[in-house]
Amino acid sequence: MKVLGIETSCDETGVAVYDDQLGLLGHELYSQVALHAVYGGVVPELASRDHVRKAAPLIDSLLQRIEVAPEGLDAIAYTAGPGLVGALMVGAMLGRSLAYGLGIPAVEVHHMEGHLLAPMLEDQRPTFPFLALLVSGGHTMLVRVEAVGDYQVLGESLDDAVGEAFDKTAKMLGLPYPGGPELAKLALTGDPSRYSFPRPMVDRPGLDFSFSGLKTFALNTLAKSAATSQDKADIARAFEEAVVDTLFIKARRALQETGLGSLVVAGGVGANQRLRDKLDTLDAAVFYPRPAFCTDNGAMIAYAGMQRLLAGNAMGLAVAVHPRWSLEGLGR
Amino acid sequence: MKLLAIDSATEACSAALWLDGEIISRFELAPRRHTELLLPMVDAVLAEAGLQLPQLDALAFGRGPGSFTGVRIATASVQGLAWAAGLPVVPVSTLAAIAQGMIDAQGAETVACAIDARMGEVYWAQYCRNARGVAELVGDEVVVPPVEVPLTPELKAWHAAGTGWGVYADVLRERLDSQAVDIDGERLPDSREIAKLAVDAFSRGVAVTPEQALPVYLRNKVTHQRGGKL
Repeated sequence: MKVLGIETSCDETGVAVYDDQLGLLGHELYSQVALHAVYGGVVPELASRDHVRKAAPLIDSLLQRIEVAPEGLDAIAYTAGPGLVGALMVGAMLGRSLAYGLGIPAVEVHHMEGHLLAPMLEDQRPTFPFLALLVSGGHTMLVRVEAVGDYQVLGESLDDAVGEAFDKTAKMLGLPYPGGPELAKLALTGDPSRYSFPRPMVDRPGLDFSFSGLKTFALNTLAKSAATSQDKADIARAFEEAVVDTLFIKARRALQETGLGSLVVAGGVGANQRLRDKLDTLDAAVFYPRPAFCTDNGAMIAYAGMQRLLAGNAMGLAVAVHPRWSLEGLGR
Repeated sequence: MKLLAIDSATEACSAALWLDGEIISRFELAPRRHTELLLPMVDAVLAEAGLQLPQLDALAFGRGPGSFTGVRIATASVQGLAWAAGLPVVPVSTLAAIAQGMIDAQGAETVACAIDARMGEVYWAQYCRNARGVAELVGDEVVVPPVEVPLTPELKAWHAAGTGWGVYADVLRERLDSQAVDIDGERLPDSREIAKLAVDAFSRGVAVTPEQALPVYLRNKVTHQRGGKL
């Protein structure tokens, strides 16, 4: 069976076809990063306008490249939330109408479930149950994954998502948008011993996060410095160390509290090398999707959609999107 | 000629099936429920006619102007339907659909259409009934403040329609030098008129591929760059 996955929840248009026997047949991504860079953040209306221009041609070119005829598809999966409402509607209406036109089922996919299951697209895949650390521009979560659809959020950010904190701090340091990867690059030349940043909330019980204070700490440190390029590199390094340490400490605590033996790291910040190096020292098997599947993509939606299809979750013709959507209420 | 038209550009959501001059249609005033209603409407008109999508000759959609999100709901839907069924698509102006409504309902010869575009502006266009009985654009479609709507001095005795007239009747009437004879400030686009306009356009060779079926927003300044520069 082949499922076409469509992802349009934010600023990436992603499409992919997953086959339950053959695995991932192919995926395509159109990133809007350059479009939004000039505004210093995602402009929802521009994102929606781009999705409606790009999604259909992307599907067409994908199917031609992997030589799958539209009639060869068995279902369409689309991200129904959480995300930007206008952007979600484009993928949802396109996906649902495609499925109706082809006379095949449509399934809605929770974007974060897509991220949680993304490591299943790799050869090295975890077995259930496992702990997942979701770290992206929109989310910071520790999730106990019992099975497909059975998720318990153990902790999450009370303010900024970790990727958001990276981007905002990068912006403060004068780095171009999206600043996270740029900050990590700058941190490579920074002196780790010069500044010591706090590790927020690690001395308190629980698995929640808070990153907005770190951002403010970086701002104050910058204001007190001469703001030379070395100062900025040192601040970037101290900030990154603090974030990585905090995530590491909470992940270790979650593994201890749950007794789980494997950790899945997903979301765009999961591509951060210093974070990977640190998490690799945990007493657990650590799984990462390839970098292209850490960030938003169609492959994870096609995969999660296949699981939803197999569980019998096909949708009617009335389409609804869920800009805010709890991961815990999904069900198997 | 068998053609299916859909529209969700304004508060109205509709679908209409044109079968050689007969029309089967659904229409509902349902702000914010378009994603829910549109495909069930499509399914209902096809079922009533006992037809499947691939048996049609073409699809049509209200390509705007209107609510950005609403226009995209119809656009994404028509792209999917057309791509799946291998059908050509005829994009139809929602302003023209309103004009066609006035031509069919009131016997109008000239129609000045205005859709409320919020932010103190209207989507505006003027139409004449042509020899085929079809609304034909005179001048351009624009988004402007009501006091600045462009005029066509040689044409008189306008029928006026659209939500822009509902909100700015006085300003627009003055702008038209009181040449508006009949004002319908509540008229919305309907897929029935979109189907009629699309059949006429299709017969003259107007059609695009599913990927080329795209919105016409008219309002393209939707944001400011950092630093306030446009």
